[in-house]
Amino acid sequence: MFGLGILSGLLIVPLCGAAFILTLNGDEEAVARNSRWAALATTIVTFLLSLVAWSRYDATSSSFQLVESHVWLAETIRFKLGVDGFSMPLVLLTTFLMPFCIGASWHSIHTRVKEYFVAFLVLETTMIGVFQALDLVLFYLFFEAGLIPMFLIIGIWGGQRRIYASFKFFLYTLLGSVLMLLAIMAMYWEAGTTDIPTLLQHRFPVGMQWWLWLAFFASFAVKMPMWPVHTWLPDAHVEAPTAGSVILAGILLKLGGYGFIRVSIPMFPEASHEFAPLVFALSVIAIIFTSLTAMMQTDIKKLIAYSSVAHMGFVTLGLFTLNEQGIQGAMFLMISHGIVSGALFLCVGVVYDRIHTREIAAYGGLVKRMPLYAVAMMVFTMANVGLPGTSGFVGEFLSMMGAFKANPTVAFFSTFGIILSAGYALWLYARVIYGKLEKPNLQGIMDLDNREKLILAPLVALTIYYGVHPAPVLDVFAPSTEALMASMKAALANTQTAAAALPVPR
Amino acid sequence: MPTVHAALPSLSPLMPELILGIGVLLLILYGAWRGERSAESVSVGALVLLLVALFAVLSQPASGRVTTLSGAFVSDPFSKVMKSLVLLGSSATILLAHDYFKRERIDRFEFPVLIVLCTIGMMVMVSANDLIALYLGLELQSLAAYVIAAFHRDDARSTEAGLKYFVLGALSSGMLLYGSSLIYGFTGTVSFPGIVSALNDQAGAGIVLGIVFVAAGVCFKMSAVPFHMWTPDVYEGSPTPVTAFFAAAPKMAAVSMTVRVFIGALPDVTAVWQQIFVFVSIVSMALGSFAAIGQRSIKRLMAYSSIANIGYALIGLASGSQEGIQGLVLYMIIYLAMTLGTFAIILSLRRRNVMFESIDDLSGLSRTHPWLAFCLAAMMFSLAGIPPLAGFFAKFYVFAAAIKAGLVTLAVIGVVTSVVGAYYYLRIVKIMYFDEPKERYEAMAPGLRVVLALSSLVVILFVVIPDPLRAAAANAAKSLF
Repeated sequence: MFGLGILSGLLIVPLCGAAFILTLNGDEEAVARNSRWAALATTIVTFLLSLVAWSRYDATSSSFQLVESHVWLAETIRFKLGVDGFSMPLVLLTTFLMPFCIGASWHSIHTRVKEYFVAFLVLETTMIGVFQALDLVLFYLFFEAGLIPMFLIIGIWGGQRRIYASFKFFLYTLLGSVLMLLAIMAMYWEAGTTDIPTLLQHRFPVGMQWWLWLAFFASFAVKMPMWPVHTWLPDAHVEAPTAGSVILAGILLKLGGYGFIRVSIPMFPEASHEFAPLVFALSVIAIIFTSLTAMMQTDIKKLIAYSSVAHMGFVTLGLFTLNEQGIQGAMFLMISHGIVSGALFLCVGVVYDRIHTREIAAYGGLVKRMPLYAVAMMVFTMANVGLPGTSGFVGEFLSMMGAFKANPTVAFFSTFGIILSAGYALWLYARVIYGKLEKPNLQGIMDLDNREKLILAPLVALTIYYGVHPAPVLDVFAPSTEALMASMKAALANTQTAAAALPVPR
Repeated sequence: MPTVHAALPSLSPLMPELILGIGVLLLILYGAWRGERSAESVSVGALVLLLVALFAVLSQPASGRVTTLSGAFVSDPFSKVMKSLVLLGSSATILLAHDYFKRERIDRFEFPVLIVLCTIGMMVMVSANDLIALYLGLELQSLAAYVIAAFHRDDARSTEAGLKYFVLGALSSGMLLYGSSLIYGFTGTVSFPGIVSALNDQAGAGIVLGIVFVAAGVCFKMSAVPFHMWTPDVYEGSPTPVTAFFAAAPKMAAVSMTVRVFIGALPDVTAVWQQIFVFVSIVSMALGSFAAIGQRSIKRLMAYSSIANIGYALIGLASGSQEGIQGLVLYMIIYLAMTLGTFAIILSLRRRNVMFESIDDLSGLSRTHPWLAFCLAAMMFSLAGIPPLAGFFAKFYVFAAAIKAGLVTLAVIGVVTSVVGAYYYLRIVKIMYFDEPKERYEAMAPGLRVVLALSSLVVILFVVIPDPLRAAAANAAKSLF
């Protein structure tokens, strides 16, 4: 339609929904009701459209598919979209989680409902755009544009310290990103284009790779977030409304990992190889240190936020093992974490809507009044720990396996993360769900209502399904991973022969 | 007897200036004849005049370089773009000022007349091809500007602003003139092409001194650090439409003049002046970003913001390349839209005939005036350089030029200060969206609506249709190299 493909459609549908909601007028109650339904319909249509895209996608090929390219800033800076094995699952994850976010905000958002859903739909467009962009400038555009709606979501509908959190979120991630922008420009002058498929073939001089890698790392590490630049995340998570936390944990944290696999590793293979020990060190510190921090939290959301940082440590660890298992494991962990951490935040939202506190100490004995809730929470807690049979296990296991192949010491230390994660997650579960039901305001608490059941049930099913049968997801990653490994090997072999050919300085 | 025809220079490149010149004389006569009651009709007349001149500028040839008046005046794609910007800035000022002056009861016919005179000066600056023409244009522009700064003559702050502007402006004009005389003394010519051939890639000490003085003079006119001191006071003291004018049209002219002198007359001694503009650019960005953080008045904030923006724009000049000038021109186009849009909103903060100028008066604007807040938020995010708004692309092109020219340190400092700058732009969004609302403001005047709608369209839709503006900037830059 109008020369636009299905991938443009995925970007335009949420924007159309947002525009429609903006035009709603009239009495406040009606506007709120209509914008809820309009937002839900839009996200469901987007999800269905992404399924259509998925049906047209050939999972056995490693090339970019459904490519479309339109004139934009210049002949060499085009509006180019496309998906491959790394991006397609993340697009589906995004479109899949959005209806849940809308559902989770159904009753909990009372003020300025219209603006809230507009912000969310715009956010959806920018996130899908990041995964679909096949031009670095376009990639940066979507990467940064997402800051605006997220800033508003945290700042307007957030908790007590929302203003501090929103500013920290915005400025921290902006500072990380601007260096990436300069690196993109340097790549443009070097390669003459910002077209990602072309850049993937282009071999940058090794000396330049170092600087480019560091500039991109500054951005992706903040977005990821990696220790020690993770401090914006707990603040943002705690203050954001439930759906905001779901999106933050589910999708926004994946942008950094996606950036590594899309840009840093394939375009700067030598530099990635050189810097891998640095990433390992930061990942292991993140895994152990933030797991310990998580254990001491008194706020449920903060605990899950720190556990997210620890899990992202596994992702960076897996990615920079630069072997097949590690990369596949990291990618799978991103998908699994997207579902599981999103679901955990939804669970927190369920009790927060009833009691309006996130203090762990305010709960206890919920299993007596809320058996169904206890079951759902149990599944997600176990997946968070990485229990075999849940999706969390597959990703962590594969990335540990990759790490063991690359560097056994690193694998040894990162294993502590798994033990510690069992510690904090089970302890949280015990304090919230088990124990005596003695708090007076918990006496009358209700179990999941139909809306909440409808939201949590698919997530429970997926968590277990992918834990038992991860092949559908892994098979999508496989061709792209193989292609990446082949190009890495070629690049590294090239440098080694070049280095061997050089006379050794004495 | 020699025939008169042979001596008469070709006037077609001068057409827009002639239209304005003749038109403004008629307006003065009409104003003097009708007296105080003529303010309204003279405003309309000036607006029509500016739009006719804009049409004349736009109908000039799209490529090629024509000189006239013995080579003192040049018309090329660069002058075409920059003159259009100047004319748009001036027309927008008349639209913005009309309602404001009427309510303040200072609606006199002299204001539009002075704006048109100022515009003629600016257009001569844009098209100047020798040092004398440049100075003539500059003085015509400045003298009119001093008067309109003090236009609210019963208001102490306004007269103070006018006086301050006059004293410091005269000083800077003196510096510019002294630098010009040094350059003339050492090259023996005032014409820009003449200077190029006289220098022959060599710059002696005298020329360097001349360049430094000229640079100081133009930096004052652009309000770049360290010659920015007048800006916050003049911006705050002048009547708000005049502030909008100062932030828009004269900036365009001052930047064009700088490009004409340094790219037109001194392209072969880039090494001498490049370091000056690298320094000026860094300190402007840094001071503009840090000093704005503590401001309470929107007008002062916009003054510091304009200082920072000139710093970013000058990155393009410091690159000294065609890409750099393209970035600079595009930056000025987008900056014009952002500035005029922001001032249209500032001018609509009026309740029971009281104007509000403090940042806190924006509190909760998103509840009381959602569309106004939406537009201002777009302007602020754009000024902060966040994609997908136009301000991002403005910065993108100048930074890309800097990277290509190898000015990596400048680019890194630039992006870091832009994050600092983002803080105070975000604070405005925060106040509008996160804070509790105050009483509603009065409805916007129609003139403000037009300006706001047009500039919002540019800022928001540039990402979708970048080509017309980008191509205009590229064409303008190409004509200089």
